[in-house]
Amino acid sequence: MTVTKGIRDTLSMTRNSKSTRIGKTSRRGRRHPLATIALVTIGLLSTGGAYALFSSTASAETSSVNTQASVDEGKKLFSSNCATCHGLNLQGVDNVGPSLYGVGAASVSFQVGTGRMPLANQGPQAEKKAVQFTEEQVSSLALYVASLSPGPAIPSAEYLGANGNASTGAELFRVNCAMCHNVAGAGGALTQGKWAPALAGVLPVHIYEAMVTGPQSMPVFNDTNLTPTQKADIITYLKYLDKNPSPGGFDLGAVGPVSEGLFIWIFGLGAIVAVTIWIAAKAN
Amino acid sequence: MTVTETKPAAAPTVVETPAAAAPSRGARFTGAAANYIDERTSISGLVKELGRKVFPDHWSFMLGEVALYSFVVILLSGTFLTFFYQPSMVEVVYDGSYVPLKGMQMSAAFSSTMHLSFDVRGGLLFRQIHHWAALLFIAAIGLHMLRVFFTGAFRKPREINWFIGFILFVLAMAEGFTGYSLPDDLLSGNGLQIINGIIKGIPVIGTWTSYLLFGGEFPGTTVIAMFYSIHILLLPAILVAALGAHLLLMIINKHTQFAGPGRTNDNVVGVPIMPLFAAKAGGFFFVVFGVIVLIASFFTINPIWTYGPYDPSPVSAGTQPDWYIGFADGMLRLIPPGWEVVWFNNTYSFNIIVITVILIAFLGLVAAYPFIEAWITGDKREHHIAERPRNAPTRTAIGAAGVTFYAVLWAAASSDLMSTHFKVTIEGVIHTLQVLFFLGPVLAFFITKRICLGLQKKDREIALHGFESGRIVRLPGGEYVEVHEQLDDYERWRLVSYNEYTPLTIRPDADGRISGAQRTRAALSHWFFEDRISPATKTDVERSNQH
Ligand code: HEC
Ligand code: HEC
Repeated sequence: MTVTKGIRDTLSMTRNSKSTRIGKTSRRGRRHPLATIALVTIGLLSTGGAYALFSSTASAETSSVNTQASVDEGKKLFSSNCATCHGLNLQGVDNVGPSLYGVGAASVSFQVGTGRMPLANQGPQAEKKAVQFTEEQVSSLALYVASLSPGPAIPSAEYLGANGNASTGAELFRVNCAMCHNVAGAGGALTQGKWAPALAGVLPVHIYEAMVTGPQSMPVFNDTNLTPTQKADIITYLKYLDKNPSPGGFDLGAVGPVSEGLFIWIFGLGAIVAVTIWIAAKAN
Repeated sequence: MTVTETKPAAAPTVVETPAAAAPSRGARFTGAAANYIDERTSISGLVKELGRKVFPDHWSFMLGEVALYSFVVILLSGTFLTFFYQPSMVEVVYDGSYVPLKGMQMSAAFSSTMHLSFDVRGGLLFRQIHHWAALLFIAAIGLHMLRVFFTGAFRKPREINWFIGFILFVLAMAEGFTGYSLPDDLLSGNGLQIINGIIKGIPVIGTWTSYLLFGGEFPGTTVIAMFYSIHILLLPAILVAALGAHLLLMIINKHTQFAGPGRTNDNVVGVPIMPLFAAKAGGFFFVVFGVIVLIASFFTINPIWTYGPYDPSPVSAGTQPDWYIGFADGMLRLIPPGWEVVWFNNTYSFNIIVITVILIAFLGLVAAYPFIEAWITGDKREHHIAERPRNAPTRTAIGAAGVTFYAVLWAAASSDLMSTHFKVTIEGVIHTLQVLFFLGPVLAFFITKRICLGLQKKDREIALHGFESGRIVRLPGGEYVEVHEQLDDYERWRLVSYNEYTPLTIRPDADGRISGAQRTRAALSHWFFEDRISPATKTDVERSNQH
């Protein structure tokens, strides 16, 4: 799929977004009678997510008005910010940066939109930092890279509304992602100083793009591994975790028994030992 | 108020039966009731004995109580959980109020735990109380054991009680592990999978044992029901029995106490249990209960809803057991890869069995330590004075080495979290810990021993020459000296009252031979006592006072 087609999808989607989405839910409703109710609930809960989605769609729309101008703008940005490492024609620079042939708009949008690119310093893995470009500039860069060599497009907004099936998403997440990102999405260690980052607060569009482009050590989940609907379900689940604070109280970083153990030793036993010292002192 | 209790029980102090002095109706009733009961049970003797029991007033003596009280909390909250929990691995479809699991296939065990957490009033709170109390229980046991170890309170006549305490510790861990598995969630299922691997790693019988435990190929359909019976019937029954024996022996042997004026090997100075201490202890129970409830209301523990139901295929990053099993998990993580050999077309793997052996040996040493030390030192006296750790440098050093060993394993269990949180490579963490596994205990041993000896030396100095007052005086001859303030007798007592040991000397047996065991023992004893600082004796003190 080329970029322009991606954008066309996005546009058509915004035009009849409501009807498409309802159509989808009722189709999925066959799987489970309660799914519709669940979906409506999630739909209501995720107004915030929808807002983010609409604002990003809007920017896609403006940029598509003059696509060629965007590509030119992207070219300029690219040659001044990226070409030192990736080469003027995306061909890459030996030992400095890989070639960007075929990475697609999605990869650029992910890498630049999460602040990983332009790379600041060589390390085991590109770190997230403050995003250096405006949304418009990011999409220009993406358009430019995609105009030279096609690759995965920026996902269409219909999958980004966090209005899929959260329980399917949760299960898919446990099977496909938890071994690196931890079941609660709290992140985990990989070899050689690399790590899978925590997923709280990552934008739906970046989650989708991460899946289709597979940054660094992350595998690519193409549409045969995980269909777009399944990707939307995963996004729904991750957004559910974001929006619903842990029901049991503070989650201590959601890293599981280690933080619980440290907590009980330091604060639980600590508090009680303080009390015993106090009692014994009073006795004297 | 402090009282002195003499060991050969004599002084009658506490009156236990409510005497009907004021013949009000209520008092008459209680008097009559007490009499009724006493005539049929002779309980007054017990009450008198208990009431005269004296509790030393150092805070560290209350750690065992913390364990006891958290155990009571565990029993209470656990009973509530049994009302709603179903120990069954039958597949059901979840239809509770937690959205991201709706419509999922899961075991009845998981589903009922979800129901308990989200659809039973107070259910989640009780679950969290139960789990936090369990963590606190074992932590308190651990700290209590360290206190007993480092003060030498396990020496004769308390060796057996140390052993019973150790059994309690192991039972508590087993309770914890079986309980952790009951919700049948992904995390605990991964834990069980690891246990399954460890069992299968036992040579020859491993695979069969695993099949026996899981009723077929892991995970089977029976293990949860079996764990449930073990968790709520078998282990608690043994635990309560062992706990009873532990407390009884504690009453019979009485508490140890730290040395001090008026405190000897033959008495216990402290507060009598009745009535003041009983009131305090009652209050303290509620403090412990309160702290647990407070933690449970504000902090999530074991969020099974994010883990999801157990399914053998997914494994999460950062899968860890509860803290008390962490040392075993850490040991697994530290074993280097590639310990397999092929003999006659069969592959034999040693990386699991080695771990099992090391861990069992470590626990065995902990259990047997009092007997080992008694054998090495040849000390057959009774000890009722808690030793200050510095006055037994070798034992303290051994303890520090043990703690370091445990801590390294414990840290290894969280190697991945250290890697992500401190931004270091996981290989770096593992290799560092592998080195520390060998080096850490040795270093801890020598450093601790030096520190103890240094402190002892300082104590002796202070006992003999007093402490530096910081006041400089110019003598008539023009010389400057610092005035040393002498200790009063009470303070000095604390510093000098400890026993000095000397290494055993080898003596030939009746046939005039020296056996190999004798030699080892003498060598060990020499190692145990070679470095020592003698306590300042009375003559030392007097002599130094004449200066
Ligand atoms: C300092 C050198 C450097 C600069 C400047 C830089 N990059 Fe990169 N880039 C890298 C390296 C190295 C990688 C590969 C490692 C990684 O992904 O972290 C990479 C990876 C990427 C990828 C992912 C490639 C893939 O296979 O999916 C994209 C897309 C990308 N860069 C885009 C950009 C863009 C757009 C800019 C300019 C805004 C930029 N980079 C600036 C060094 C650089
Ligand atoms: C083999 C391990 C692995 C698996 C499996 C994996 N990821 Fe990742 N993931 C990574 C790594 C490593 C990164 C960081 C890449 C980088 O920083 O360049 C990452 C990054 C991400 C990010 C970007 C996070 C951010 O902070 O910007 C998202 C979102 C993400 N992954 C989602 C997923 C989802 C959803 C799945 C399952 C479908 C998944 N990942 C499976 C390893 C993995």
